[in-house]
Amino acid sequence: MQQIINFVIRYKVFLFFIFLFAISLLLTIVSNTYQQSKFLNSANRISGNFYKVSNNTVSYFGLREENERLSEENQLLRDRLYNRTLLYKQPLDSTEKNYTLLRGKAIKNSFANQRNYITIDKGSNDSVKQDMGVITAKGILGIIENTSAQFASVQSILNEKSNINAKIKNTHHFGSLVWNTKDYSTVQLVDIPRLVPLNVGDTIVTGAMSSIFPENIPIGKIVSFDLDRSKSFYYIDVQLFNDMTNIGAIYVIDNLKKIEIRSLENETELDD
Amino acid sequence: MINSTFFFNILRFILLVLTQVLVFNNLNFFGYINPLIYILFLYWYPVKQPRTTFLAISFLLGLCVDIFSDTVAINAAASVTGAYFRPVLMRFIFGVNYDFQSFKLRNTTKVQQFTFLLFLISIHHFTYFTLEIFSLRDSFIVLKRTLVIVPTTLLFCTLFISLFSTQKE
Repeated sequence: MQQIINFVIRYKVFLFFIFLFAISLLLTIVSNTYQQSKFLNSANRISGNFYKVSNNTVSYFGLREENERLSEENQLLRDRLYNRTLLYKQPLDSTEKNYTLLRGKAIKNSFANQRNYITIDKGSNDSVKQDMGVITAKGILGIIENTSAQFASVQSILNEKSNINAKIKNTHHFGSLVWNTKDYSTVQLVDIPRLVPLNVGDTIVTGAMSSIFPENIPIGKIVSFDLDRSKSFYYIDVQLFNDMTNIGAIYVIDNLKKIEIRSLENETELDD
Repeated sequence: MINSTFFFNILRFILLVLTQVLVFNNLNFFGYINPLIYILFLYWYPVKQPRTTFLAISFLLGLCVDIFSDTVAINAAASVTGAYFRPVLMRFIFGVNYDFQSFKLRNTTKVQQFTFLLFLISIHHFTYFTLEIFSLRDSFIVLKRTLVIVPTTLLFCTLFISLFSTQKE
C-alpha cells in the first residue's frame, strides 16, 4: 500500500497528464463514432454571443455582396413566379404545407478542418431542432446538429461525417454525398451505378429519399468522375454552387411531414 | 499566489483564446492554414509553478478553444501534451541554467528561445493534427499539415513575442 501511494505521489504529474489526455481522447473518440458533443460546441450561450457580437461588426463589410446575392435570388424567384405554367393552388391552411422556412444568419463558419461546423443565430427559441436542413440561396449547407436557446450548430456538408442523399437532376439515380476533406469547394457523390449515363457539367440536386431536405435543391455540378474500387459504382467530384468560405444569409427548413415519415419508416422496420 | 502575475495570466488566457477564435481561426491561408497562436500561453507561463496546476490550466485553455471552434477536445489534448513536455524541453534546451532558482526565460539567448518555441509548437501541432485526422490512412496529410502550419504558427508567435516583449535593454 505504502508503495502504491509512493508511486502515485512520485508520478503524480505524469498520472495527471495521462488522466487529462485520456479525457480529451475519450471525448474525441466518442464524437468520432457518435456525433458532436452535446455541450462542447460553439452553439452554447457564451461562445454563441461572442460570435454574434463579432459577426455584427464583421458583417458590415460584406453588405454590398450580400445585397447582390439577395437580389439575384429575388430575380430567380420572380422568374419562376411569372413563368409558372402549372395550375398551382396556394394552400390556405398551413397544415397543408409540407415545409416551413426560417431565415437566419451564419455567425461562425469554418472549412479548414476535417469536421466543419457552422453556427447560426437561430436556436430552440425559434423552434429550430436537430436534423433540420439548412440551405442558402445557392444550395445546401448542412444539417442542424445541436441547439441552444438562441443558437444552433450546423454540421456542414464539409464534414467527413456528413452523408446526404443526392441525385442527378431530372433523373432518379441517387447516391450519397460525402466529403473527402481535401478541398472546400468540391464534395463527392458516391454509389451511383456505372450504367448511369453521366456528363461533366451535370447538375446534382438533393434527392427525395431524405426527410430533411425537399427534393431538387441545387448542390453543385459534376467536374469529373471515375469508377470506384469495386468498378461498379461511380466516384463523382461535385463542385459546389455555394461558396463555402462566404456564408451569410441562410434558411432553416423544417419538414412538417417528418414525424409522419419517420414513424412510418420505424413501423415498417419493426414489421420486418 | 494571488498577485499581479495571477491576474496578468488570466487576462492573457482570455485575450489569447479570443484572438485565436475570432482572428486566427478565420485566416484560412490557402484554404486550410490556421495558425494556433494560443500556444503562446504555454510559452509565456511562469516557469517555477506547480506542474499539476499548469497542466490543468493548459487543459482548460485547450478546451476553451475547442468549444469555440467545434473541435470537441483535440486542442485540449494537444495543449496538455505541450504543457507536459514543456519542462523536459526547457531542460533539454536551456541546460543547467534551468535548474537555478533565478532562471528566467528572458535571460536566455534569442536562439534558445526560438528553439524552445519551435519544439513546443511542433509537439503541440503534431498531436493536434494526428488527433484531428485520427487514422493512419491519411498519415501523409498529418505530416503535410504539420509541416506547413508549424512555420506559420512560429512566424506569428515570434511576431507576438517581439511585440509584447518586456525586455528593457
